[in-house]
Amino acid sequence: MTDTSRRDALKCLGVGAGTLFTLSGGVFSAFDMAQAREDMGTPLFLQISDTHIGFNKNANPDVIGTLNATIDSINAMPRQPAFAIHTGDVTHLSKAGEFDTANQLLSRMKVSELHVVPGEHDVTDGPGAEFFARFGKASGNKGYYSFDSQGVHFVALVNVMNFKPNGLGALGEDQLAWLKDDLAGRSASQPVVVFAHMPLWTIYEPWGWGTGEGEQIASLLRRFGSVTVLNGHIHQIVQKVEGNILFHTARSTAYPQPSAGTGPGPGPLVVPPAQLPGMLGVTMAVRDGKRRLSLTDSTLA
Amino acid sequence: MKSNFFGVALLLASAAGLHPANAADVAVNIKNFDYSPMDLNIAAGTTVVWKNLDGEPHTIASIDGQFRSQALDQDDSFRFTFDHPGVYKYICSIHPKMKATITVK
Repeated sequence: MTDTSRRDALKCLGVGAGTLFTLSGGVFSAFDMAQAREDMGTPLFLQISDTHIGFNKNANPDVIGTLNATIDSINAMPRQPAFAIHTGDVTHLSKAGEFDTANQLLSRMKVSELHVVPGEHDVTDGPGAEFFARFGKASGNKGYYSFDSQGVHFVALVNVMNFKPNGLGALGEDQLAWLKDDLAGRSASQPVVVFAHMPLWTIYEPWGWGTGEGEQIASLLRRFGSVTVLNGHIHQIVQKVEGNILFHTARSTAYPQPSAGTGPGPGPLVVPPAQLPGMLGVTMAVRDGKRRLSLTDSTLA
Repeated sequence: MKSNFFGVALLLASAAGLHPANAADVAVNIKNFDYSPMDLNIAAGTTVVWKNLDGEPHTIASIDGQFRSQALDQDDSFRFTFDHPGVYKYICSIHPKMKATITVK
């Protein structure tokens, strides 16, 4: 990479139209990225989502190119996060070749680990054989699992294989029981990060943008002092804060989708080419204190 | 080189999952996140051909598992022949709000 392109990449992730959100003891605040940049804390992890490798329609004929540009930006950051999470829709059509291409591209990311949960596009074959052959090991092929890193408890959930009749995502009874067990007995002072593909709270029910057991999941999380719930699926940033819980959806690296209820359905949104980079991007979680976790969204613009 | 062009065309048609339509086949189009028609009545032995016209992929997945398509990209098709009378409900497994019914008599 040349000096100029590195500088451009840094500009992308560092000074983009980002807003930094901090959550501390339930107090929520937002301030401008440009002011916060200098004393930003240690990058904890990075969230990438909805890479949709295999998509080739008008909304973005070059999803490989935009993923590569995203990875270049990540690799050019002054400090790398310890690991990355991918919140699903790695591929567009669950094809073996799409998974292989995605793996090849993602392996270029300068992070030590990649944690992946499936999106509904990754398991269109039903049992998700292609997905689990590649990403099932961490969970014994269940898809959901937890791990601890840097004092934070991370929980990966699968809500795309057990749809409710109303079209919302669902965990199913076994996974919900597992989640209850996994969180039981943990200190309420340990920060918790939960991630899944579809939003774990209801954003827009007519388009299935939510999870049927959302309230049960939230009730298991309320006693913790710092909870961050991360999702993809809707290809745009939507967030809300409820008590100590910050809910946040990430952008896609492939194509945008319309805002809730705009148009016939949640399909790819065609925008003028000049606007596309500003609608694609990743989310970075940084830590600026013992318990403070902040999210920064950056775009390719 | 005429025959070569013809060969390529056939190959493309087959790669896209398209087959020459029989006059007796019944079409269901998928557009704007809906199956059209949503309620279909056919005689036993009829083949239904679904075609996805959306930029977003869709599937045809029978509720009780009797038939299930791969994810259909834009302009891809899926066909299934209904040999036995009954009421067949199906959904899109990617967008399960999309529901439809086929009644075979």
